[in-house]
Parts: sequence; structure tokens; C-alpha cells
Amino acid sequence: MRSILEEEVAVELQHVNVKLLLENPEDLNLDAVITVFHSWIQDQVCEELLLDVADYRHVHHGPGVVLIGHEADYAIDNTDGRLGIRYNRKAPLEGSNQDRLAQAVRAVLAAAERLHQDTRLNGKLHFNSQGFEIFVNDRLLAPNVAETRHALEAEFHDFLGVLFGGIEYSLKFESDPRRLFGAKIRTAEPIAVSDLRLNLAVGESSSYDIV
Amino acid sequence: MKSSNSFWKEKLAEQMPEHLAREIDIFETEITLRKQGKLEERLFAETRLRRGAYGQRYDNGQRSDGQKVQKLNFSSGDLTKGPNTMWDAPGMQRIKVPGGGLNAAQLEVMAELAEEYSDGIAHVTTRQDFQLHYVHIDDAPALMRRLATADITTREACGNSVRNVTACPYAGVCTDEAFDVTPYAQALAKFLLGHPDCQSFGRKFKPAFSGCAQHACGLTGLHDLGLIAKSRVNEVTGREELGFEMYVGGGLGAVPYQAKLFDSFVPPDELLPLAQAIARVFARHGEKKNRNRARIKFLIQDLGIEKFRELVREERKILPFDPRWTEYIREARAEFAEGPLKPAVNVPELVLINSANGSGPELQKWLKFNTRPQRQPGFVTVTVALPLGDITANQLRSLADIVRRFTRETIRTTVEQNFVIRWVSKGDLPELYKALHAVGLGDAGAGALVDITSCPGTDTCKLGISSSRGLAAELRRRVSEKSFTSDQAIQNLHIKISGCFNSCGQHHVADLGFYGVSRKIAGYAVPHFQVVLGGQWEQNAGSYGLPVVAVPSKNIPIVVSRLTERYLADRTNGETFKDFVMRTGKAQLKVLLEDLTKPPAGDRSFFSDWGDPREYTLGDLGDGECAGEVVSALDFGLAAAERELFEAQLAHEKGEVEVAGRSAYHAMVTAAKALVQIENADVGNNPDQIVQEFRTRYYDTQLFFDPFAGGKFANYLFDAHRKTGQQYTSESSRYLIDEAQLFIDAAHSCSNRLGTLVSA
Repeated sequence: MRSILEEEVAVELQHVNVKLLLENPEDLNLDAVITVFHSWIQDQVCEELLLDVADYRHVHHGPGVVLIGHEADYAIDNTDGRLGIRYNRKAPLEGSNQDRLAQAVRAVLAAAERLHQDTRLNGKLHFNSQGFEIFVNDRLLAPNVAETRHALEAEFHDFLGVLFGGIEYSLKFESDPRRLFGAKIRTAEPIAVSDLRLNLAVGESSSYDIV
Repeated sequence: MKSSNSFWKEKLAEQMPEHLAREIDIFETEITLRKQGKLEERLFAETRLRRGAYGQRYDNGQRSDGQKVQKLNFSSGDLTKGPNTMWDAPGMQRIKVPGGGLNAAQLEVMAELAEEYSDGIAHVTTRQDFQLHYVHIDDAPALMRRLATADITTREACGNSVRNVTACPYAGVCTDEAFDVTPYAQALAKFLLGHPDCQSFGRKFKPAFSGCAQHACGLTGLHDLGLIAKSRVNEVTGREELGFEMYVGGGLGAVPYQAKLFDSFVPPDELLPLAQAIARVFARHGEKKNRNRARIKFLIQDLGIEKFRELVREERKILPFDPRWTEYIREARAEFAEGPLKPAVNVPELVLINSANGSGPELQKWLKFNTRPQRQPGFVTVTVALPLGDITANQLRSLADIVRRFTRETIRTTVEQNFVIRWVSKGDLPELYKALHAVGLGDAGAGALVDITSCPGTDTCKLGISSSRGLAAELRRRVSEKSFTSDQAIQNLHIKISGCFNSCGQHHVADLGFYGVSRKIAGYAVPHFQVVLGGQWEQNAGSYGLPVVAVPSKNIPIVVSRLTERYLADRTNGETFKDFVMRTGKAQLKVLLEDLTKPPAGDRSFFSDWGDPREYTLGDLGDGECAGEVVSALDFGLAAAERELFEAQLAHEKGEVEVAGRSAYHAMVTAAKALVQIENADVGNNPDQIVQEFRTRYYDTQLFFDPFAGGKFANYLFDAHRKTGQQYTSESSRYLIDEAQLFIDAAHSCSNRLGTLVSA
């Protein structure tokens, strides 16, 4: 059996993280988010088994408020001082890299929609319609080196092309090799959560064309 | 759970110290055996605890969501990793850091692990360890391998073992220490790690070192084994001699015990053998069945310190000589020697403040609270104050950069859940402050009122009763300004919070200590904290506080402001808070707080805890794992034999018949040794001796005989031993594996007949 270290072919994307940046983050009351996340556990509203809420608001530019799940975590994350809704896939997934990217984005979009509609947050939690981050939380599968970027750049562009439905975007890969492999993405014009979900659905129906 | 888990072993094969690699391989095999139902859950629980893999709240598969108790349907089904502990439930991984000493690469590894296996946060504990939470047990071996490449082990971080050896973080640079205790702490940690004499304790055993008697940094008074550096002049030679004042039997918990003086002067060469003798006496005489009385403090209480001392001295006399007693200290002296990266620069504080563009007042506060002169002129230590002991992965990487830039990577964790950077040239302070401040690590107030210590409490601990971290975060927010503007007497007070009476937050030694309790009010459980006042942090945790009254959690901030205000108003000239508490007395203090003991009528907020909107319940309490599972050395020996046999089977499947045959034979020897050790703990590892002693003690006496098969299974061992050196074939190794299985089964039966299994 060839080891993964000898593989020169495609990088297997697992443990995909996606973050949607928030509009007017200073307006958001994270106390209310804690209450909302607890209610998500009560109602088990997600596909993942939800377990607990961890509060790290006291930490500078930290993970914020995390809804701990078994297969994935959701968070209102403030890493790098960029407050956003983050989905952190922990359990491995079957399927292609495009499938796994789509799964993570679908999950974070569903969370964004649910949070936006929650009256306890007074409509103050909403996606800024342009800022995204995608990264891979596994340094062995996707070390932050040029080879990984080389292997995944096309995958990212294929996926983002479908997700944004042709809207232009800029993409900047993480340059610090010690940090996770990933990219910060900004669309040239705003795009609504509902449109992103629609684009994904369209993309899925013609997924064989994408890969 | 991570897709990459199985690949790390291959990737890191050449980068791990061999002994750590082997240790992790064994644990991985045990995980496989447990999944196959071949290792009983109680044994697996203790073996994972001894690798620092701890349980966490809700791991029994249920959680109160504020309205009902929810069953958590993990995909692993009924598989458990210990009694009443679901396999898939997230757990806590504790990581030992002897003496708190780290380098930049280790900080970076910690960052990676926090990010990839936990929730992005590394938590520094009150015993200088790290803890990662929400870790899946399947990820533990990969996590451990990555730590091992940085020369860090999790071995014996939990369970009934020798826990992290802590030491004063200022050791070697402190202005009033007798000498640097670092190499001695490191040598003791290395010597006792995995030591056969430390494998059958009834409870944990915590050692600590301090460079002086007067400060708090080592907290030797509350440890099972406390060592304080001391120098004296030899009356005969007139020369200065270095040694240790040795204390034993301290501990916190529900009822705190002050350590007792064991020896007023232990020479360095006697340190390791004496600790070994103490471990033997504890293992032999300590309580095993009643875990509530199994710490060494109870043994010493029952025996009396004189009798305990006598037993240890007798044991010391018969200890077989071990060259490591002195070798390890000699090696550690070389390995842990430190020095500066940059030359000393002595700059007056005013010049430093003026040189900081625009950050003068902030820098001034930081200089006051977070820096401390070293005994080496021109150098200072800098404390990085962590809120609630938490640090992010990005901050850890930044900290690694900072310690590389300003020092020779000299940084240590502290028992106040902070970091201390050592060997900073004083002239670098403004730049260092700027670098820390840029990544949110430049908060002033280290060691002051705002620098609150807290255990994890109900956030993650199965034993937590009240939210210690929630309260700590709230108090931190409220007192942050007070910390800098109030009277100096208030600024220097210590607040420490535990989620329950087990005292992981060290509330007994705080000026203002709190531990979680619950009370029923109008038929509802209400989270409370017991107020403990006047503990002494200095003098190595010199005395313990006075429990005064239990107050609802939501009223604790008022308790703090009321007590500090009263102290400020009433204190006599220079009176410490501890003395104020003693003078005022419990009765008066209780009167002062009496109106706060009941929630205001109709205020429902008192029925939930800080930072947690759920209606409060005690229903989430689980079985604690602090005590570990009481598993005898015999149990462990037989489990090790099973594992070796499993490895033999795997080797046979791969066609490695020589390895298979040798492993099967060795599995029998291991099982035999486990039985022999009941009568002779010093049997050693020589198969000839083990087999001979097994024959004498178990075959000749017929103790090993099966009621039906007689001595048949013992003969499998004797035959295999006689044939060692012969080549194995596929067939002969296959037979040997079967025979080894029967021999090990017979060893279990023998153990049961002897009644030597210790029931938990």
C-alpha cells in the first residue's frame, strides 16, 4: 500500500472549515447567541449531534462562542478579529472534494439563515454578503505549503465558480505556513445567502460537470 | 475521528523518542482491544487516564438541556471507554509540562493540536499542565505522537500516578531563592515517570518544588511531596551545602491538609531515592478500596509522621542501588541550563515609559504588575496574564515568535494559569510589551485582583457543581478597573474559584476563595458558592481559609465588593486580608453577608448560572475520574500480557512468524511476572528469574493449578522458555499463541482464586 506521504495526486479534503463574515459585528450581542445555541441543542436543529456551548469571549480574537457538536462545531468566531459564523467539520465525509466543500458551505449557510431569522438576535446577526474564509483543519492532509495550494487551487476555483454563480471574486491564500491551509475570499458584489444556497443546489444537480 | 490519524505514525516515525513511540503504540493497541471487547472498560479507563485522556461532562451520554434530560445518541452505540463513559463523547486531554518549562516549538505544537483536535483553545491549569477539551479518544494517539516529536508526554497526567512535577516558574532567576530547583524537578519527573514503584497507588501523587520558603510560587504546602531549596553551612567543614526541606502529605480537596515536615535537610543525591522509598511505602500501605481516604495525607494521618518516616527510612535502606539517582540530576543540570539571548541593559523605568510611543500609562501598569527583576542584573521576567488560563492557537504561535525574538525560548507556565517569560533584557521591555499587546497578550494585572484563577467547573468537568469559569469571567469584567485604581491592599488580593469542593481552583489558599455548592430554594436547585476567606497564598500556601457562608452565584460579585470595601474601611495599619478575616471572625463576616444568602424574591435569573441560560440542575453531574480506577499492578500486568499476545496475533497474520513466536512467549512471561510481583515486587525483567520464581511460588505450591487441568498451562510457559532461541515456524508460533492464550487465561483464574483483584 502506498502511504499518503508518497501520494502526489489529489489532496483529500476533509475537515473543511467555512466562515461567513458578519455585517456590523459590533452590534451583535453574544449573550443572546449563547441562548440561541442552547436552544439549538434543545431542539437538535442541525444534522449533527449537538452537545454543548463553550464561551470564549474573554479571549482576544478567539473562537468566540462555540456550539460543540459531535460531527461538527458551529461558532460565532472572532479569529483575526474577523467576526463570522464558522462551521468546523470534524467527522470525515465520503464523496469528492467538491462534495465536502459543498457540505460545509451548505451547513454554514443554513446556520446563517437560522441565526438571521432568530428574533432573539433582533435581526442583528447577518452575513455581510461578501466575505468568506475556507480552510482545511488537518495539517497532514493539507499542509500549508505550495504543493497543497498547487493541488487545490483549481478545486477551490471550480467550487467558488459554482457557489458565486459567476460573480467575480478575489481569493488570497494564507501565507503563514504554520497556519492552516486556506483562503480568504471576497466577492466583487454582494450575494445573498438564499442565492448562494440556490447556486449550490444548481451546482449539485450538474455536479458531474464540475469535477 | 480525524482522517489523518493513521498516517501520523508513519510520518513521525523517525522523529519520536523511541520510549514515547512505544508507549503510544501500546495505547493504540489498547484502543483496538477495547473496541473489540478484549479489554474490560475499567482497565481501559485507568490506562487512558494514565495517558492523560480524561472524561468530560456529559460523557455518560445524557445532558440536561434546561427543559429535559436529553439522550446523546452517539454513533458508537454502546461502546464505552470506561464505566458509564461513551466512546464517542468528547474528552479532555491533559498534557504534562514538568516545571512548566517550554520552548517555542512546543508552543507551536500545542497551537496545532488545539486547533485540529480541540476547539482552538489551550488551557493552562493550576498545576502548570495544558488541557485540551472536546478531544475524541480516537484522535488521542495522533495527538500524542505529535507531542512526542516535541518531547512532551501525556503519560501519567491523570489516574492514580505521579502527576506533573511542578516548580516555581522563577527558579534560577529569583532574587531570593536558595538555588535553582529546575534540574531537580526535571530529574524527579523523569525518574518517577512510569517507575514500577509508582504503578499501584490508590490515588494520585503530586510533587512540587520551591526555591524559597516565603513566596507562593511552588505551593509546596499543599502537595503530596513538597521540596523547598535550602542551603546550610556544614558545622564540620564550614562549607555551604545545598539540599531540600522535604514535606509530605499536603493536599487540598474537601478537607485541606498542610504538608508535614519529613526531613529538614535532604542532600540532592538523596532526593530521588527518598522519593522512591516514599512511593513504595505509599503503594504498599496506602488505602486502595476507599478512594476518599486513599491520598498519602490520610496514610500519614493514620500512621503519624514519625511512623511514616520510620517506614520510609527502612525502605530506603533496602532499596537496590540505582545509578539514575545521580545521573538524572547531572544530566538535567546540563540540559536545563539557561541564559540570555541579548545582553543586559539596565534602564530606569521612567525612561522605559517615555520611550513607549503613546502607550505610557498602559505600559506603566504592565511594568508594575507583570515584570519582576531577576537576580541577574539587567534582566527581568515578564508574566503573560491569560484570562481564565485560556490562550488561542494564533496567540500561542505569536508567543513562540516573541520568545524566539527576545529570549533563548525561556518560558514557563505558572500555577496561576499564566506564562512567565524569563531572561528578558530590561531595555527590550517596551518592544516586548508592544509585541504582546498586538496579539492581545499584554494585559496588565498579573498576580493581582483581576488575575482570577478558576478550574474548568461546570463548563467541562463532570464533577462541577457551579460555573467557576462563568463566575471568574464575570468577576474579571467587574474588577478589572478596580484592580488598578483601588488601594494597593485591594490590588494585591487573590481570588480563586473551584466548581466544587475538590479544590482544583485552589480556593483554600486565596484571600477570597469560592467553591461551588447547590442549595434548594422554593423547590428549585440554585447554584451557589461557598465563600472561603483568608487563605494564605504566600509561604508556599502557608494556611487555609475559613469557610464562612454559601451565597447564590449571582450574588458573589456583591460579596467581593462588600468584603473588599469592609477590609479597606476596617483594616488596621498594614493589616493583611488574612489577619483582617481572623480578627473579624466567622460570625461577624457571616452577618456581613447574611442578606446575600437568599435570592431576591421573583428574580428568576438566580435559577441559572453565570454564562449558562439553562435552568440550573445537578442532573449533569457524572462520576469523577480524578480518583481514577483502582487497578492493581496484577491487573495491569495481565492486561499487558493480553496486549502482547494481540501483537503476536497481528504479527502472525502478517507472516512475521519470528516476531509472533517471540511476542507470544513474552506475553506468557509478562503474565507470570504479574503473579510473581504479588510476592516479590523487585523481580525485575530477567525471564530466567521470572520463570524460576513462578515455578517456586506458583507451580511447586500448586497455586497456579487448574482444578481440572492441573499444571498443564504452567508447562506451556516452561516449554516455551526452554525453547527460547529456537526458530519459530508458522505452525509452531501459531501453537504458541494458542498456548499463551490459555496460560494468560489460567493466570486470570489464578488471580481470581487468590482473591487479589482489587474491587473498585
